[in-house]
Amino acid sequence: MVSKEDVAHIATIADIGVDESELELFTGQFNAILEYFGILDSVEGMGGATRSRSNVFRDDVVVPSLPHEEILKNSTDPEDGFIRAPRVI
Amino acid sequence: MTVIIGLEIHCQLNTNTKLFCGCSTDYRDDGPNTHVCPVCLGLPGSLPVLNRQAVVYALRVAKALHCEVPEFSEFARKNYFYPDLPKAFQITQYDKPLALGGYIEIEAEAGGEKRINLTRIHMEEDPGRLVHKGSGDRGRYTLVDYNRSGVPLIEIVTEPELSSPKEARRFLNKLRATLEYLGIYDSEREGSLRVDANISIKGYERVEVKNITSYKGVEKALTFEITRQKGMIRRNAQIVRETRHYQEARGVTTSARSKEMEHDYRYFPEPDLAPLQVSSWVEEIELPELPDTRRDRFMQQYGISLNHARTLTGDLRLAEFFEEVASGIPEVAAPWTADILLGELNYRDMPISKVPVPHFNALLEEVKKGTITDTSAVEILRLLLNQVMEGSTPEMPGAVIARLGLSKEEGGAFREIVASVLAENGPAVADQRAGKAGAINFLVGQVMKATRGRADPKEIARIIEDLLKE
Amino acid sequence: MGSKMSFDKPDPDNAFITLCREIDYQEGPLSGIPIAIKDNISTAGIQTTCGSKILKGYIPPYDAHVITLIRSAGGAIVGKTNMDEFGMGTTTESSAFGPTTNPVDPTRVPGGSSGGSAAAVASGLVRMALGTDTGGSIRCPASFCGIVGLKPTYGRVSRYGLIAYANSLEQIGPLARNVRDCALLYSCIAGYDPRDGTSLDLPAPTPLRSEIQGKRIGVPAEFFGEGVDPAVASVVQSGIQRLEELGAVIVPCSMPSMRYALAAYYVTSMSEASSNLGRYDGVRYGQAPDTVRSWHDAYSEIRRAGFGEEVRRRILLGSFALSAGYQGKYYAKAQAARQMVRDDFERLFESVDIIAGPTMPTVAFRLGETSDPLSMYLADILTVPANLAGVPALSVPCGTAHGMPVGLQLIGRHFAEDEILAAALAFEEGSA
Repeated sequence: MVSKEDVAHIATIADIGVDESELELFTGQFNAILEYFGILDSVEGMGGATRSRSNVFRDDVVVPSLPHEEILKNSTDPEDGFIRAPRVI
Repeated sequence: MTVIIGLEIHCQLNTNTKLFCGCSTDYRDDGPNTHVCPVCLGLPGSLPVLNRQAVVYALRVAKALHCEVPEFSEFARKNYFYPDLPKAFQITQYDKPLALGGYIEIEAEAGGEKRINLTRIHMEEDPGRLVHKGSGDRGRYTLVDYNRSGVPLIEIVTEPELSSPKEARRFLNKLRATLEYLGIYDSEREGSLRVDANISIKGYERVEVKNITSYKGVEKALTFEITRQKGMIRRNAQIVRETRHYQEARGVTTSARSKEMEHDYRYFPEPDLAPLQVSSWVEEIELPELPDTRRDRFMQQYGISLNHARTLTGDLRLAEFFEEVASGIPEVAAPWTADILLGELNYRDMPISKVPVPHFNALLEEVKKGTITDTSAVEILRLLLNQVMEGSTPEMPGAVIARLGLSKEEGGAFREIVASVLAENGPAVADQRAGKAGAINFLVGQVMKATRGRADPKEIARIIEDLLKE
Repeated sequence: MGSKMSFDKPDPDNAFITLCREIDYQEGPLSGIPIAIKDNISTAGIQTTCGSKILKGYIPPYDAHVITLIRSAGGAIVGKTNMDEFGMGTTTESSAFGPTTNPVDPTRVPGGSSGGSAAAVASGLVRMALGTDTGGSIRCPASFCGIVGLKPTYGRVSRYGLIAYANSLEQIGPLARNVRDCALLYSCIAGYDPRDGTSLDLPAPTPLRSEIQGKRIGVPAEFFGEGVDPAVASVVQSGIQRLEELGAVIVPCSMPSMRYALAAYYVTSMSEASSNLGRYDGVRYGQAPDTVRSWHDAYSEIRRAGFGEEVRRRILLGSFALSAGYQGKYYAKAQAARQMVRDDFERLFESVDIIAGPTMPTVAFRLGETSDPLSMYLADILTVPANLAGVPALSVPCGTAHGMPVGLQLIGRHFAEDEILAAALAFEEGSA
């Protein structure tokens, strides 16, 4: 069983805003879904789905980067060639 | 109070291109966001493809540091949010790193060698670079440059086996030299070696200090943090397990806010990258001569002391410089390079690569021939380095000697100068006659001053005694 | 040598998010054929939204590999089709651009998540379309709309430029009104791409042929189990009987791992999605964040407002499945279950050539019919096994139930697209 607090905690880690009303809804739905996922408890072993290939590489050869304007095109309000982001300090 | 230090060193590999895309890593002279593509900008739909050379370089380090390379390793996603991380995850290695174990030997405090064991080496991508702008609570914002995003890093993690800041510095010097010898790292690229440290006093909680961006800052940061922790213990204050940031400019560590501690990185294998199976490559890697081997060779080949050999091999460019100038006269070249030149360079913050080899060589020849005194040689060296710093054409030592009249002359030539110094310094002469200690040194000093260092002090002392007997 | 065409048709089913009115195209095997592209495939210069508000206005600066291939084959890209937001749905109702309706019956959903592509094809707006299939998102709408849809083998078609929902499961594939068109588009997009490290370097697809004689077709009992509408089951059973009449050998068999497949699929896809969708923070593209707030607060708000409910539900569940203390119970177990599904297929393909069953357990739902997330997830039970194992699978029309189309699913060995397309062609011709 997950509680509203558990869902709120995951929302913090995932940087997903959740309204108080949704918290209730999600908590109920999560418990139903996680109960269904509980069938996995009867699977033996952990992890290790084999991956069919290994060692996929490219050569260390320079490929032209995107034009500077293309990089900034989808960002809002760039400054001196930098991309603007929220404050971190 | 026993100090316990473990280090995590991030080193940028000097490949041509980034870890997962073909963007050039040579961005330091260019404007922000000019070496970026859909992959390293984390654009929707882009996919990483691993740079083979980065793996080869990392394996070279693993072999040189005596690590074990497991048969399988894989990349994983470390999920967290920060504006420098364009995909909101960093591709790194988690429970299956490229290399395990290994060690580095450093000079022990008590002499001899001390082995520092390594935990692991793994590969990962560098995040972008942030610039903090604005002021006040509502005016601040961040500017991001993704040129660095995706540059290949190796992270080398040590066991907590270092016992002082000095040992940590020695460890880093040795590691840095080794990485340079391996040709996988360029120490002249700003920010190419960055260190996080775990520091504790035995019996107390461990503190992580992040953000030590220059390897020179490590000793300072560690010393500050140890002093802080010891102070808290003396005051019976509790040391809390936390992450602190090193503030380079102020030389202090400050506590990171607790909210940043709420991390749950949710690691899982990167589905877009196939696992690595490269343990068999290790055998084929041919290592170049490494610092310890070269140190021993220098002692044997050039007959120089352990201390000189250690200093001269502690930096790849310095070792190469020494080999260029040492050929005929190692006994002069070793102390003049390791003791005098290095000090002058450090004072000027000047790289060894800027020292003109023919000039330095000619200077050593003059010293060896005995045409100039050591004092004059140092004067010429300083002049030479200053000329290089100013960007003017450096003069050959022979020309400087002639221009300034620095040739060491036979004692006879100085009798006149000595006589006039004695005549001008009656009281000191009287003291000397009376057998007062120190008077002779004063008189020699006056003569040296008058000859601008060209004279041999022992010779002058003999002449003074001669003249006074007359 | 380039030619121009204009494309100005009404779109009553809301199949498109973006329409391109004037299109340039080249000579080639697809010359002048109008092709619709699901809106999670990057198109340089054309808005690409994934059906999400968070990417509204995003114009990729590069083409996905498949787009480059289609352009050079002469295909005329006429627009970007509607989809469940980020591919997370079975109905195309979770799009931020409104639902798409089923051309067969506009009161019903077209299926999802490639519902816009399927509707555009089924209504005759385009001859073929690209969709993507993470857990059935090509086959489901193909089944619901009465057309053909192929999910290729994992690694057969480059994912470079496909905006990821669940990287280890998804493939781009064709949708068309008949097997020939489906195979034609498939042959133009299959192939190695060095920019996708999971892409495989294999010989080009062989020319389409019709072949069913002597093929051993396995029919797992679990494909007709609980939850499968008896009317749908009976239509598919008679389809399988028709395969036998055409010369196939029917082999009843069992796939015990089906018990775990849906949970394994959802845990894996949600986990990967929670990581893939972290990048939508408005900084480099998308709606700009409020820089006055600190980054956690700004991102949380952007992501609350920009993602729909289903996307947020899956991000939260995926984050939970990967989180400290729960990863062993969910993500790690799901990978073990996934291996069981692969092992089951491998075992079955030792004795059969093709596995057949219904594509979907039901016909198309009515719009708004299913609002409970878990019961929506259960509709994917028959399509997810192929994604977990990475094997190719297609859906081909096989009749109707309740007046709505029913799809027959054919699943092949790794890289045996040619074989299931040959069987589908024989079936289609034999049904005509």
